[in-house]
Amino acid sequence: MRRAILILVPYLWLLALFLVPFLIVLKISLSDAELSIPPYTPKLDLTAGWAGIKEFLAGLDFENFEFLTTDDLYWKAYLSSLQIAVISTVMSLLVGYPIAYGMANAPDHWRPTLMMLVILPFWTSFLIRVYSWMGILSTEGYLNQLLIGMGLISEPLTILNTNTAVYIGIVYTYLPFMILPVYSALERMDASLLEAAEDLGCSRITAFWLVTVPLSRNGIIAGCFLVFIPAIGEFVIPSLLGGSRTLMIGKVLWEEFFNNRDWPVASTVAVILLLILIIPIILFQRNEQKQREAEG
Amino acid sequence: MGQTEFEPWNDPQAKPLIQFRGVTKRFGDFTAIDNQSFDIFEQEFFALLGPSGCGKTTMMRMLAGFETPTEGTILLGGQDIAPIPPNRRAVNMMFQSYALFPHLTVWENIAFGLKRDRLDKESIKARVAEMLKLTRLEQFASRKPHQISGGQRQRVALARSLAKAPKLLLLDEPLGALDAKLRQDTQFELMDIQEKTGTTFVIVTHDQEEAMTVASRVAVMDHGRIVQADTPARIYEQPNSVYVADFIGEVTIIDGTATPEGDGYEITHAEGLPPLFVKTDKSFARGQACHLAIRPEKVAISAEKPDGRRNMLRGRILDIAYLGNISTYLVELPNGKIVKAQTANTRRLANRPFTWEDEVWLSWSDTAAVLLEG
Amino acid sequence: MRRMTWFNATSLTLGFAFLYLPMVILIVYSFNASKLVTVWAGFSTRWYATLLQNEAFLDAAWVTLRVAVISSTIATILGTMAAYVLVRAGRFAGRTLFSGMIYAPLVMPEVITGLSLLLLFIGIGLDRGVLTIVLAHTTFSMCYVSVVVSSRLVSFDRSLEEAALDLGCSPAEAFRLVTLPIIAPAVISGWLLAFTLSLDDLVIASFTAGPSSTTLPIKIWSSIRLGVSPEINALSTILIGIVSAGVITASLITKRASLRQQADEQAAQRT
Repeated sequence: MRRAILILVPYLWLLALFLVPFLIVLKISLSDAELSIPPYTPKLDLTAGWAGIKEFLAGLDFENFEFLTTDDLYWKAYLSSLQIAVISTVMSLLVGYPIAYGMANAPDHWRPTLMMLVILPFWTSFLIRVYSWMGILSTEGYLNQLLIGMGLISEPLTILNTNTAVYIGIVYTYLPFMILPVYSALERMDASLLEAAEDLGCSRITAFWLVTVPLSRNGIIAGCFLVFIPAIGEFVIPSLLGGSRTLMIGKVLWEEFFNNRDWPVASTVAVILLLILIIPIILFQRNEQKQREAEG
Repeated sequence: MGQTEFEPWNDPQAKPLIQFRGVTKRFGDFTAIDNQSFDIFEQEFFALLGPSGCGKTTMMRMLAGFETPTEGTILLGGQDIAPIPPNRRAVNMMFQSYALFPHLTVWENIAFGLKRDRLDKESIKARVAEMLKLTRLEQFASRKPHQISGGQRQRVALARSLAKAPKLLLLDEPLGALDAKLRQDTQFELMDIQEKTGTTFVIVTHDQEEAMTVASRVAVMDHGRIVQADTPARIYEQPNSVYVADFIGEVTIIDGTATPEGDGYEITHAEGLPPLFVKTDKSFARGQACHLAIRPEKVAISAEKPDGRRNMLRGRILDIAYLGNISTYLVELPNGKIVKAQTANTRRLANRPFTWEDEVWLSWSDTAAVLLEG
Repeated sequence: MRRMTWFNATSLTLGFAFLYLPMVILIVYSFNASKLVTVWAGFSTRWYATLLQNEAFLDAAWVTLRVAVISSTIATILGTMAAYVLVRAGRFAGRTLFSGMIYAPLVMPEVITGLSLLLLFIGIGLDRGVLTIVLAHTTFSMCYVSVVVSSRLVSFDRSLEEAALDLGCSPAEAFRLVTLPIIAPAVISGWLLAFTLSLDDLVIASFTAGPSSTTLPIKIWSSIRLGVSPEINALSTILIGIVSAGVITASLITKRASLRQQADEQAAQRT
């Protein structure tokens, strides 16, 4: 009895506020747009019984999905989201790995502090962290002031409102997600393995490539997924740092919903975004599973 | 012998505290306990002994109430305990990990069970003080579990489980986490406490020495069955199977066939070697396959052929294990069979009479070996 | 053998400079006297004064705080229950769906979560306001809480609970007297995480907030869309200050506790 309550309370909550809303999105993505409130048809009329359900099913179609294939805005937005996510993930790895490596090799008594310094930004407002780059990257911003002051450039660079600013924003905000898994993989590594590799004739650099990198593989994979998955659906960063030509699917969804009030298309965009995310999510889960099994 | 022996299991009048009646426990397809019936008597120190996976822990967890039998009943004081949840049983358990509550002090840990019984403050205080004194922990009462040593934690766990004065105390590998020296001292302490409190103890262990030291009766388990339950001496001297003989202590097992001869049997065990003789009141058919179990300390080793022994074998010393107080010789018979013999090292090493490759005689008395069915 | 080479030192220095410089600049320029955010015109605290007189920001902050406290508290209760179910309840019908629903919100893009909840609230005719934001925040943050708590429960020695039952506790008492005090640090960090996520959330709140329930992130968002403003710099500095103080205190407390534990254990070995 007590067990049933324990299971049912969170279960029902999630059903009502996670699964049901998602089914509504799915349903609306199969409906037609209408100029009313709510701006879509058909509605499921359960009072009409079986006939109501039949009528409801008859009203469903894949029109919105077809629409998305004809208008190349959506294709481009999906592709460009993927591209931006991939590039930012690679950049995060290039920036994050040396930091994680440095942390793992730092003296023992430093490490808790370094760890705290990596986690601290995560607790600070995401919005503020993205915002902090607006003042740095703008044409009259601090970066341009510095570069001109040093005499490196004569004309200010345009960085804000370009994809470059979006890459910087994603790398900056998601860097802790890359550093932490890589660090925990490197930290667990037995230092005598490197000594053994050198004893057997490796140089330090070959030892790094042949021992350190393969052993931190799981951390690298986990870190990449942790950056890549949220980056695809990102909305705040492209809206603040990107320009009008920066296409990202989260932004498109937001605009369809709030600006064009086209709920069925917004829902369709959401459904397709999820379909795209399913593959990396499953791969990520499998990687985690494998790691758990390897650790026993 | 001024004292009467404590042997309630031999007294038909004695009423058992715990009765297992045809108890079977299955986990899915796996049978952990296979149709077991046996009794445990009041004030006994009963040891369940066996290798890991033999079902001894399941047996104990059924007594504590964390598992229910699939078939059969368990009676405590004549009452079926299946419907009683663990928190209402007059049974307490000392966990292998000790399971001391890390957020409570030693005092609070011991008082934990008493508070559940809604005792008044004064009696709780008195009882905890009594337990602290019994386990010599008075000065650690206000410490947390991580602030005391392993041996002290073990005593806190014991005090906590004894505080409610249970009818039955279950101890799951109670000494497993202690080092060898501490373990020996603690064994005697456990026996002492058991005697003082008069509580019935059931201990689960895989350490045969521990079981033999502390228990009034030892039940040797294998694959969900109790193979033999008896006093430590009888388990050692009169094992009822090759499994028990082999599990407890060192033994040489010689396979052969039995032929009735006088008040015992002649055992033919190898071609070209003289038959061996063993006195026994068990009965075997002529030519029945059997096993002879001989403890190494009962085998005498000598350079010359001994007189007046019916069991005599000639062999060559293959190996010597010198253990300080005793030495074990591995002697190879002409047919390749290896027999263990043990001698006490009463003399200094320099005078040791035998060395590798020596030809020696092994001999033992008619009653030294145990004849077991094949 | 750890190697603190010049390479490691450089990568750590550059890495942490990258992580912290933008925030340091933000803080420094919040004390700028000029309205032009990128031109330094002397030290001033005038933007803090304007901020504290801005009713709209104060109202939004109050809404945000209420939402965060209520939603993180409910989320902690539900999330702890969910974690207990995941780790302890064994098999039951729909277990796979249940664990799927716990993990999915963690990887679900916020725009989708927000959109779907908005469509639900409209569908059932629930007016948007503080209540809807609380419901939305509770739903996604309970999943984070349950992940944090279940990772603690997995390593929890079950024999502690069995010992409590053995000593006469009912299952509920065993949870209250033994399990809860021991997993309390995980429950508290779950609450803090839920609280921060709620304070921080812009996207889901934008979908589920009504006109009368603007949260602080929504307010910040609408003013920074127009560009950098000195008032927002001041507000950011206050928020960063609060969070840093909180995180540093927490890590000092943990460090002191672990040092004391070490000392205790060494002392215990000697007795």
